[in-house]
Amino acid sequence: MKTVVLMGNPNVGKSGIFSRLTGTRVITSNYPGTTVDVSRGVMRLLDAPAEVIDAPGTYSLTPTNPAEEVATAILAQADLVINVVDATNLERNLYLTLEILERGVPTVVALNLWDEAGHQGITIDVARLEHLLGVPVVPTVGLSGQGIRELVERLSEAAPSGTIRPMSEEERWAAVGRITGAVQTITHRHHTLRDRFAEASIRPVSGFFIALVVIAAAFLAVRAIGEGLISFIFEPLFDLYTPVAMRISDALGPGILHEILIGHLIDGEIDYVQSMGLLTTGLFVPFAMVLPYIVAFYLILSILEDTGYLPRLATLADTFFHRLGMHGYGIIPVFLGFGCNVPGALATRMLETKKQRFIAATLMSLAVPCMAQIAMIFGAIGPFGMRYVVLVFATLAFVYIVVGLLLNRVVPGECPEIFLEIPPYRMPGLRATATKTWMRVRGFIGEAIPYLFLGILLVNLLHAVGFLEWLALVFAPLMEVWLGLPAEATAALLVGFLRKDLAVGMLVPLGMMPEQLVIAVTMLSIYFPCVATFVVLLKELGVRGMIAATGVMVTTALLVGGALRVLLIGF
Amino acid sequence: MEETTLLDLEPGMRGTVTRFAGTPGFVRKLRTIGIREGKTLTVVAKHPLGGPVVVEVNGREVTLGRGMARRVIVDVVA
Repeated sequence: MKTVVLMGNPNVGKSGIFSRLTGTRVITSNYPGTTVDVSRGVMRLLDAPAEVIDAPGTYSLTPTNPAEEVATAILAQADLVINVVDATNLERNLYLTLEILERGVPTVVALNLWDEAGHQGITIDVARLEHLLGVPVVPTVGLSGQGIRELVERLSEAAPSGTIRPMSEEERWAAVGRITGAVQTITHRHHTLRDRFAEASIRPVSGFFIALVVIAAAFLAVRAIGEGLISFIFEPLFDLYTPVAMRISDALGPGILHEILIGHLIDGEIDYVQSMGLLTTGLFVPFAMVLPYIVAFYLILSILEDTGYLPRLATLADTFFHRLGMHGYGIIPVFLGFGCNVPGALATRMLETKKQRFIAATLMSLAVPCMAQIAMIFGAIGPFGMRYVVLVFATLAFVYIVVGLLLNRVVPGECPEIFLEIPPYRMPGLRATATKTWMRVRGFIGEAIPYLFLGILLVNLLHAVGFLEWLALVFAPLMEVWLGLPAEATAALLVGFLRKDLAVGMLVPLGMMPEQLVIAVTMLSIYFPCVATFVVLLKELGVRGMIAATGVMVTTALLVGGALRVLLIGF
Repeated sequence: MEETTLLDLEPGMRGTVTRFAGTPGFVRKLRTIGIREGKTLTVVAKHPLGGPVVVEVNGREVTLGRGMARRVIVDVVA
């Protein structure tokens, strides 16, 4: 089977063309040995199926980051290249085009965003460009599908360029300037309202307020979509499943197998939140509590990405996040983490170096409580007065900043400065957004849910053999002496590994003082991520990274818990 | 014309790139995103407290850290 590779700069609408060329059978997976996602699909080429690979965006074939390394490696597998070029920014895109043509691979150039170039007063002499490059050039609009048919037809003409020969870097830059000058005409146009908004959203003060509005809107949308999915789709599905589970429960009868698979019945019924069995809570948590929010988050994230807002948000956030060893994109894991830590952990991939990813993941696990947990914090502590709730969140914010400053100094490795292009605002296409969301959700189901399931199984086994009770006994003195908490709180902290929100709930009946509750709830946030986040982090950071992160978490939790105890309760 | 670094330009000012003070890898990174010798850049924003610089080149905006902006040498365009 022939391999067709899509190559191009970032933000040129490559994914749009990819989804037009391939059908629905698209697979997105990590490129071997990296955290870079690559999509593969199948198209028909000269009446035979051909594999299409969407290479990550790159500015040149001399890689400067892992994504570009992957792009270069994928080019080596290509029988045929579709070089997607941004027609609104021809000059910058041509450098990569020349590098590809110099390799002598059969190539067709898709001059994408052709409509946008027209709006911006840019005209390109396509015939002349085709003549100079020596390969077919087809104007396309990935979003509407315009030009895609011609692009596919002309793939049969693809041949190595007859005009472009290998050249030195300096010669290549000269050629880029010469070709652009020969084919492109720019008519000056007046600033539009959109331009003015685009500039306002990247300036310090106006940009800050726009960012607040966007983030608030995104949160409300995620909550509404997530809750809607739960009450209208996932809970009704589980209502259908309940009789099946009850029948299994009856068939098993009491015993250890029942304890592991179904868990304990509450008033003779299965309680999906509290039963803790593999086939009850083990299915309910990932599918009916985490997945709906994942779908909602990925949808909103895809929309934010496709409009071109994220690079602006990253620019605004950079001042803060750069000091903590990350750069502007460090805001994304935090933003996602407040919904659910699992997509937050996956989003650390947006950062370039190992050091940056480690810091982002560790800080998120420490100090970013997920939405379920936030709700429980309000529920458990709110009745004692909002000042206690504020105290918890202020402590977490303080931890995020202080630990970030420390990790930036201590963790070896590089933290490169922010460097990114701000794409113009674009209207997201329904099709592209839906495809992207679906591919990400499917990725999550494949990558995270099996491990989540295993994690619950493990905890259940430990619980069944009495290991957790033993641990609670061992840690009781630590609780009482160091943290000023009753010994019973240990059990809640241990359950926190499984479900943090539920653990907060377990603290309520212990009748603690509000100060003790503040300590317990803050500890619960900091000391360890939930099992779902843990398995994702383990994959993202590796075993050694995870051990280091765990060390940071446990140490921080004990220090912060001890400090709070002294401050709030005294010795 | 006065030679200075991109970092010394205030928002609204323009400068033409004359050369880079950095490794070949650094130079390639900037050139491929569109910041090249002979190009005129307009500073769109300079974020306070050591934050990044946003410039416009070829009608496109690019965000770069201050450490990088310091290594781009420009002629101030009046």
